[in-house]
Amino acid sequence: MSVLKISDVTKVFAAGNVVAVDTFSLDVADGELVCLLGPSGSGKSTLLRMVGGFERPTGGLITIDGEDITHLPPEKRPTGMVFQSHALWTHMNVFKNLAFGLKLRRIPADEIKRRVEAVLELVGLGGYGTRHVNQLSGGQQQRVALARSLVLEPKILLLDEPFASLDQHLRERLREEVRDIQQRLKITTLFVTHGQDEALSMADRIVVMRDGKTEQVDRPDIIYREPQTPFVAGFIGTMNLIEGTVANGTFIRAGYSTPLPVSDGPAILAIRPEALELTVASDGSQGKVHRVTDYGTHGLVDLDLNDNTRIKAMVSHPDLFKAGQGVTLAATAVAAYRDGAVIHRT
Amino acid sequence: MPIDWTGIAFTALLSAAIILPMLVVATWAFTEVWRYPNVVPQQFGLRFWNQTLTRPDVWAALTLSLQLSTVVTLLSAAICLPAAYAFARLSFPGRNVLFFSFLAGHAFPKFGLLIAIAAIFLQLNLIGTFWGVVLIQLVGTLLFMIWIPVAAFQSVDRRMEEAARDVGAGPLRVFWSVTLPQAGPTIAAAVLLSFVGTFYETEGAWLIGAPGIRTMPVLMISFINNQMVIQYGAVLSVMLWVPSFIALMFARRVIGGGAFARGFGG
Repeated sequence: MSVLKISDVTKVFAAGNVVAVDTFSLDVADGELVCLLGPSGSGKSTLLRMVGGFERPTGGLITIDGEDITHLPPEKRPTGMVFQSHALWTHMNVFKNLAFGLKLRRIPADEIKRRVEAVLELVGLGGYGTRHVNQLSGGQQQRVALARSLVLEPKILLLDEPFASLDQHLRERLREEVRDIQQRLKITTLFVTHGQDEALSMADRIVVMRDGKTEQVDRPDIIYREPQTPFVAGFIGTMNLIEGTVANGTFIRAGYSTPLPVSDGPAILAIRPEALELTVASDGSQGKVHRVTDYGTHGLVDLDLNDNTRIKAMVSHPDLFKAGQGVTLAATAVAAYRDGAVIHRT
Repeated sequence: MPIDWTGIAFTALLSAAIILPMLVVATWAFTEVWRYPNVVPQQFGLRFWNQTLTRPDVWAALTLSLQLSTVVTLLSAAICLPAAYAFARLSFPGRNVLFFSFLAGHAFPKFGLLIAIAAIFLQLNLIGTFWGVVLIQLVGTLLFMIWIPVAAFQSVDRRMEEAARDVGAGPLRVFWSVTLPQAGPTIAAAVLLSFVGTFYETEGAWLIGAPGIRTMPVLMISFINNQMVIQYGAVLSVMLWVPSFIALMFARRVIGGGAFARGFGG
């Protein structure tokens, strides 16, 4: 039963003096799966590599179950890492890939055999031990990579964009499998991804990162519904971010205005496409339909405000709208941000 | 399927350039009488093989050549492979200059370089000695044995090494169990090239080794220069093909296709 604690960890790369991770702190509870989510260059992979021991933190402390591992080499850490590129040893077969770490621990041969076969069974590759790594498909290789880490029963499992090289269909299936295995083994897991679907569907909690810092840490549903900063709002899901000004309790951008009970000043209005209701305007339209896309279950309308700001609205009857039409907008739920923080939410 | 005339033309040209001379030499080795204007020899036979193989200097030269090539290749591997690893993985001041300096030996007319080295060896009493020839031939292997293994080490996926660290292997164990097996086939190609290259190296062996040290190629040249009979040279040539033929067969089994290409391509 293991707890990972990251306290004020900083990583400055000497070359170019780049601050990749900036006084980052995070506690991962026992058996929890936490996703580090962010665009490339946000420091999420560097952070994971510091937990795995592949990068030395410039400052800060990393502990597992209270034991300081900040400066231990990877081979001395109770962590298991699954790499994006599988990193399977192509000169060994599947069995040898899994047995290598066990042999280093001087575990008797018959127990190695038993444990390897059990883990292969767990990842759905029972009987694949004698296969050569190059004979496996991308998804099977990634399963072997996962098995190679799991067979050593690490305290903390680290996953570095493990599905990035797989196609969409396989990615969806594997993330369900990995989530199932993680919950069955109750293994504490830190997962790096830049795919929000992956994070939203797998994580107990999501850490949204930007420029080496935490933007928000929350449960997936809260991250989606109540983003704390305009960055998170724009990064997770589709979001209309409209910059404008508030005067006398009304938000104004070009021809569009809506009541917003905050003090006067600049504000960013965030509205999900599904929270925007469109009505065909007979006169005094607030926007013009640019394109209508019918997805079968719903439609998506791209429209331009009067100053050509492009926003999106989800509609249940796309056939009601046509390109060039004038529409009026009504937002059912909005959030407003000023200076990077929430100032209003309905 | 359309006929690839360009390919056929190339194949024909290459065959003519490579196989025809070999065929002529091989034929001469088994010929006893072959007079102009006949296209086919009048009389085949093994007389010259018998005469050549009973000469003690031929066997002495063959043994010496094999000893030399083995010693040079082993020494070269011991010196160059760690150096190649350092070039591939570490950054140190002067790395690039040093790396390209190995080209220098091949950038000038070799004979000039050899004369200069011979002058130094003369003072060191290395002329005409086994170790003098070892040293000079070692210089010739440096380029292959540094550049190809550097490319081999560089093309080993760092994530594979990290994965080995992750499951508990220390740096030395990672090198032994992951880096070396991954780079192995390409390094084997380099070792093979330097063995065969050393076996056939002539100028250095002749200039530094003469008169005490006579390797197979040196002996062959003196046969060709001093004997009016073509067959002696031809028989020695055919004999000299044997090691490279064995080496190539061995290489095909151990290395498999692509390793040479990968070595050069990085």
